[in-house]
Amino acid sequence: MRALWTLAFLLAPCLAAAEEPAPMQGPDFTTYQFPQPAQPEEPPAPPAEQVVAGLSSDDIAISTSFDGSEIIIYGAIKRETPIPEGAPLQVIATVEGPSRSVTVRRKERRFGIWVNTQSVNVGAAPSFYAVSSTAPLADILDPAEDTQFRISIPLALRAFARPVEVDNPAEFTEALLRQRIAEGIYRLDEGGAYLAEQTLFRADFRLPANLVEGSYRVRIFLLRGGEVIDAYRAPLEVRKVGLERWLYRMAYDQPFLYGLMSLAIAALAGWAASAAFRSLQRR
Amino acid sequence: MLIYLPIAEVSVNAFTLIGLGGIVGLMSGLFGVGGGFLITPLLFFIGIPPGIAVATGANQVVASSISGVLAHLKKRSVDLRMGSVLLIGGLVGSGAGVFVFNILQQIGQVELVVQILYVVMLGAVGGMMLQESLRALSRSRAGVRPARRHHGWIHALPFKIKFRRSGLYLSVIPPLVVGFGVGLMSAIMGVGGGFIMVPAMIYLLGMPTKVVIGTSLFQITFVTAFTTLMHAISYNTVDVMLAVLLIVGGVTGAQIGTHLGARLRAEQLRILLALLVLAVCAKLAMDLFLTPDDLFSLTPGIV
Repeated sequence: MRALWTLAFLLAPCLAAAEEPAPMQGPDFTTYQFPQPAQPEEPPAPPAEQVVAGLSSDDIAISTSFDGSEIIIYGAIKRETPIPEGAPLQVIATVEGPSRSVTVRRKERRFGIWVNTQSVNVGAAPSFYAVSSTAPLADILDPAEDTQFRISIPLALRAFARPVEVDNPAEFTEALLRQRIAEGIYRLDEGGAYLAEQTLFRADFRLPANLVEGSYRVRIFLLRGGEVIDAYRAPLEVRKVGLERWLYRMAYDQPFLYGLMSLAIAALAGWAASAAFRSLQRR
Repeated sequence: MLIYLPIAEVSVNAFTLIGLGGIVGLMSGLFGVGGGFLITPLLFFIGIPPGIAVATGANQVVASSISGVLAHLKKRSVDLRMGSVLLIGGLVGSGAGVFVFNILQQIGQVELVVQILYVVMLGAVGGMMLQESLRALSRSRAGVRPARRHHGWIHALPFKIKFRRSGLYLSVIPPLVVGFGVGLMSAIMGVGGGFIMVPAMIYLLGMPTKVVIGTSLFQITFVTAFTTLMHAISYNTVDVMLAVLLIVGGVTGAQIGTHLGARLRAEQLRILLALLVLAVCAKLAMDLFLTPDDLFSLTPGIV
């Protein structure tokens, strides 16, 4: 599996750019790189400072009136020794939705009209990705660490689904990120996380109303001097409930019945309106 | 009031949807068009994924057409025999259309072909209708009764049937061909096809305007029902929650439209429809020629 990923990355001619990463400066980034996948970590000695964290809820239920949700990630830093000297402690928290493939197309003018010409398939782009940190990422996160842990927004994308046949695939992935950031699906909130006395932290995330069902992933990184010293991961389940769940399951499990039901509702509504207006007119 | 749609997986304002349904229903009752060519782009605009917009739009059109066709049946302005012949052609055409659509998808230019088809069809139909109805209006103002035109070659065709309600003695071939063409278009363009069928019935078959709208609604009801079922089975793209909200607005609008339509004069009605068709055409043509805001577009999944 890992070999496959590596192969996919080799196809991306962006690797050269990975050698000189530019600092992240909000959504206005210019360079983009697909990094090497994370190397297997050797079992390290337990870090001097560890994250202990919790979520305000483990699952989010999408009901009919669902219009977004608030999730609070909170916790503390556990240490056996006094607070170390030197660079201050920083915290980055991320929430990542299930990944789906996406096709990015570019239009070009041909014979006066705009036509889709080239396209790039991104194999896995998260349906939601939010990053919240105690300070600007460029100041607190070493680019090599970012590459390894895939923290900043551009690194949330994985691999091209097909061999890339365009001259400049980075343009396509940049367009994908630009549009998703504009829609609020990908978010970077530098300063959105709070850390008190280098011990207690908290990060609030606002999940949008157009949330996709699936297993979400919450991560918390503890950093000092640009290095990740500890990381915490927790799952977050987003599920449809009640009528939403029933309709969704029926649409996929019994599509014929579902289609007939949709038609029956349409026919009934049409007849009812017609009958109602007739009786209204008679009066 | 926001409501989460289970299949589309987006949250939208329920009243916006009811309002959209209402506007399209009004069109449906007034002009005898299903409204698919309006509802689908409007749903795109409020952020419903395209596949779901097309399939659910078809379901909504079923409801508003039934509502309209029932009102027309009461007024005895549906030619059932003509409607059935058109429907047979329509179902065959829609099957063929799905086949053509798949080929276009493999070539990878569905969007462009659909857009160009829209511009050409809407432009031609709208322009023709506007010209014809303006001429008819000025003629009736002048007090001259229009002479009934005779379609020589159409009347020379075999398999003639009496369409009593339309007052026609006509071969079944022209309505079958019209139905087929409309079914083909509707499968490729994702619309009911009323905006093509209404002028075809008036100008090609020579049917009286009075029965044209009811008869076209009759055919649209069944063709869109077929389309909805096909979409639900093969792509799971019908969102019943979205459909219900659109339908609530749609059926009400259709009833108002039908009663409003009875009070307006046929020529005025046709001018209004022609202007509407031309407006949609102009909008689509602009999209084709103007530089888009973003040259890049995203499509979920691997296409």
